[in-house]
Amino acid sequence: MDSSSHRNFDVAVIGAGPAGIAAAVTAAESGASVALLDDNPAPGGQIWRGSASGSHHSESTRWLERLSRSNVTLIAGTRVFHAHDGRLEAESDDSLWQIHYSKLILATGARELFLPFPGWTLPNVVGAGGLQAMVKSGLPVTGKRVVIAGTGPLLLAVAGYLSERGASVLCICEQAPFSQLRSFTLAMVAVPRKLVEAAQLRFRCRRAPYFTSAWPVAAIGQDRLQAVRISDNGHLREIECDYLACGFHLVPNLELPRALQCSVKDGFVEVNELQETSQSDVYCAGEPTGIGGMELSIVEGQIAGHSAAGRRNSAKQLFAARTRYRRVVGAMRKTFALRSELATLAKHDTFLCRCEDVSIEDVRKHASWRAAKLHSRCGMGPCQGRVCGAAAEFLFGWTMDSLRPPIFPVRCLSLAAMSSPAIPAQPLGGSQ
Amino acid sequence: MSETLTVRVNGTPVIVPAGSAVAVAVLLSSGTSRTSVSGQPRAPLCGMGTCFECRVEINGQPHRRSCQVLCEENMEINAHG
Repeated sequence: MDSSSHRNFDVAVIGAGPAGIAAAVTAAESGASVALLDDNPAPGGQIWRGSASGSHHSESTRWLERLSRSNVTLIAGTRVFHAHDGRLEAESDDSLWQIHYSKLILATGARELFLPFPGWTLPNVVGAGGLQAMVKSGLPVTGKRVVIAGTGPLLLAVAGYLSERGASVLCICEQAPFSQLRSFTLAMVAVPRKLVEAAQLRFRCRRAPYFTSAWPVAAIGQDRLQAVRISDNGHLREIECDYLACGFHLVPNLELPRALQCSVKDGFVEVNELQETSQSDVYCAGEPTGIGGMELSIVEGQIAGHSAAGRRNSAKQLFAARTRYRRVVGAMRKTFALRSELATLAKHDTFLCRCEDVSIEDVRKHASWRAAKLHSRCGMGPCQGRVCGAAAEFLFGWTMDSLRPPIFPVRCLSLAAMSSPAIPAQPLGGSQ
Repeated sequence: MSETLTVRVNGTPVIVPAGSAVAVAVLLSSGTSRTSVSGQPRAPLCGMGTCFECRVEINGQPHRRSCQVLCEENMEINAHG
């Protein structure tokens, strides 16, 4: 039987990646009572996934130790499906939670952007970070032939990680042109730590050729991936492989900020210098405010933690570090901007919505994301548009603005147990 | 402490490293997690709980995201769905 739990906290933090852990620990060390909620079975987010079981990443070890020494109440394996009136509604496998908070910190992180191309639904076509996450979760890759494709520094990180675990990385296809990557390197001189990191990553996967202006045009196979066809500077070639690990950089998880009606501009949550959103007492830290990586996430998390605990002066001492790491955000956005050719990879019958098997042709004819949902069922499956909606934003310039609670699929029992008013009569967000 | 554990995927025993996600057991055995509404075989994609492609039945409970659930000894996983 499910148990139901009502708890009160000074600060609730959603997301136990670097930003959320830093925020929770910082607020708790200031004396606040803190709850830290996360969907994953263990804290660490994606970048520190599996770190609890013997990793050597010193930064993760340090923060996870600080977390375990703190008074933070960690509520893992728990999905927040609604937030309203100073209260979170959440569900875990055997419990329902109602968390009452005075201050809320959103550290919901980012997910990979997947773009449709023929064959992208075949088994063993996986995310780049996705394959890394699965290997961190126990999947052996020794001797597996992997093509890595997409865009962003994550491709190198994944290539290095997989190579060290015995995979044969056949090539890395980066869609950005070489000239842009060179400018990125120059911009990173201001943040030497990032340059060193990039050099180390490249060294770890030094045997794998790195193609620029290259991307997958088709995944080939019957019931499973057998080969990938890539376009390398306009030349097509086919490469046999066991996995295609493909991700087109990251998009922020904005479902909760949007449900709370936090102001979102150019795809990211707007925050003031204290990391506070347009909603008072609601803070945001990490990737939802701009894709900037782990160091920026930690600093923003610390600032949000201090701010939520009422320690503005401590927060201010971290502003300079934040400014330095924020340079990464703009440089990454420019360097890894998606080229228009990527919007033309899907054929008319390629599925855009993988949950409901809706073809790109059936989505394209509609005027907006909302219309496409209503008429084609695109984005109406269990992922609620987390995959196809982000792709549609790039392909058609739409905004995913028709969000309603529950923002995560939950059991009927959880909905029934929600305190009223459960579901507002009007959809949230400004889409009517 | 045991370094591996055994689960069953579609009735067939699969040995996985202790601490593995259910998605790992699925990838090491059937290789597919579900059949899509138009009949395509599908397998885990995002590895982090957002895409729902990896959902399977675990110990009789349907629609569990196999990437977010850890294997337990003697777990019954049905990846036919």
